[in-house]
Amino acid sequence: MITLHSVTLDPTLCMGCTNCVKHCPTEAIRVRNKIAKIIKERCIDCGECIRQCPYHAKRAVVDPLTILKNYEYTIALPAPTLYAQFQKVRDRNYILTALKRIGFDDVFEVSAAAEAISNATKDELRHGNLPRPLINTACPTVVRIVRTRFPSLIPNLLPYKSPMELAARWAKQNAAKKTGLPMEKIGCIFISPCPAKATSTKTPLGFDHSYVDAVVSIAEVYPKLRTAIKMVKAPEQLAHSGPIGMNWAVSGGECRGADSMEHLAADGMENVIHILEAVEDEKFSSVDFIELNACVGGCVGGVLAVENPYIAKARLDKMVRQSRQEPAPEGLPEHEIHWDDKVEFAPIFQLDNDISAAMQKMALVAEIEKKFPGMDCGACGAPSCHALAEDIAGGFATEDLCIFLIREKLQRLLAEKEEENDSK
Amino acid sequence: MPPLTLHFDVSTDDFSCAGEASGSVKRTLKKLGFAPDVIRRVAIAMYEAEINMVIHANGGVIDASITPEEIIIVFADVGPGIPDIDLAMQEGWSTATPEVRDLGFGAGMGLPNIKKYTDDLQIKTQVGVGTTVTMKITAK
Repeated sequence: MITLHSVTLDPTLCMGCTNCVKHCPTEAIRVRNKIAKIIKERCIDCGECIRQCPYHAKRAVVDPLTILKNYEYTIALPAPTLYAQFQKVRDRNYILTALKRIGFDDVFEVSAAAEAISNATKDELRHGNLPRPLINTACPTVVRIVRTRFPSLIPNLLPYKSPMELAARWAKQNAAKKTGLPMEKIGCIFISPCPAKATSTKTPLGFDHSYVDAVVSIAEVYPKLRTAIKMVKAPEQLAHSGPIGMNWAVSGGECRGADSMEHLAADGMENVIHILEAVEDEKFSSVDFIELNACVGGCVGGVLAVENPYIAKARLDKMVRQSRQEPAPEGLPEHEIHWDDKVEFAPIFQLDNDISAAMQKMALVAEIEKKFPGMDCGACGAPSCHALAEDIAGGFATEDLCIFLIREKLQRLLAEKEEENDSK
Repeated sequence: MPPLTLHFDVSTDDFSCAGEASGSVKRTLKKLGFAPDVIRRVAIAMYEAEINMVIHANGGVIDASITPEEIIIVFADVGPGIPDIDLAMQEGWSTATPEVRDLGFGAGMGLPNIKKYTDDLQIKTQVGVGTTVTMKITAK
């Protein structure tokens, strides 16, 4: 299956309810013929539908762990969220060593790359001239919502690759030097808390081609890793970062690393959208750095993580307090940090490319919407009466989908029938 | 084609609702496909004027008129009026109460900011009668 997205639907499990439709922040889902359909142009891979689906019909498209056999040399790139999944593990070297035991040839902490990005961010905040507030770009869902809904804030985006991407480039370059293997025989496999990261390796923004070869979910490695950790007696010293990088797993961690004068961190899609609206209206003129994460709690709240985000945060806090700053790996490819390309505005929510035509459509939508009860019940399969009116104006739906209009129609027909009978 | 018109009633002293009208106009302009820079200017200027209405005038009414060429927004209130417009246009000058300033408003940037982001600004005011602010943002 070829897909640009990492959220997909299993039609055999979908009951045609509207839980996902109602919670989608970009109104990208409709239920038609009792099956949910994702409008792929609108999907930003936030994973909210996976979280909401009571039937587990929404799934993340990630790679299976068996993908390791496709490469001669494999490197695990664990997101720091992974460290917070296990009880009673105080030293992350146990987890890193266990990753080697379950089949990886080497490990490279994504938190090490996060620290390099924190340093670059500090530098930009001190000496740079990008418009303030800077908006972080580590969460791919945030970048996608900005480029589709908040185009005036594109210049505020921190133009850096994600810690995952930088880690892949850094690790691959080091491994090629160490093993003498060509790049394509080295597999960099990200251990991910969310599906959005998988999408950002397939259709990256800000650069052309990702060095991350595969994305495996934390949920898949979790049981194997749990067993393997218990078998580790003397862990290898594999850690190459410290508290700053580890804290990136939780909301507010990137702020701390950026060391800004005045910052703000918000998490959860609804809050992220509120903050972006406010930044657009220049309500935070004194804030210089804004950290946004689509998932509640930050990456620890990702749908592919196993542990509850609040428990994970408490656990990570404890581990961070007991962790030392370990020296970064050799050979940071500093020139790789910055984006190679500009991120462009994707106007997917416009009614039409021509303003006059869009105004006509809007008038039509308003006219259609008047017929509906305004209850936003979702029974038609659209998230609101307004969304259904837009779908009808666009030619994607018909009025018959509204159960209230159908009921009125039935009552009218019955009344006519009765009148007919009476007159006989 | 007739302009698209939107009407809003801005309620009294309710800071939790302040910004609803500007937010709604912003969303509409985005759906219509106006340039990001135009939308941003409308959003900032309109939000400032809307907040002014809540702070100083016990609310009022807002009427927006949208054509592909320009966006005209009229803010009408029956508040206290502005005694000295030239003074009110100066950055940092404000008559907001300490309570309002504690909420982060009333820094005296409202009218100067509105002027900065709009292409035309007309203020008709009479002390004790009310104020009508008309702003125009050209789209092309």
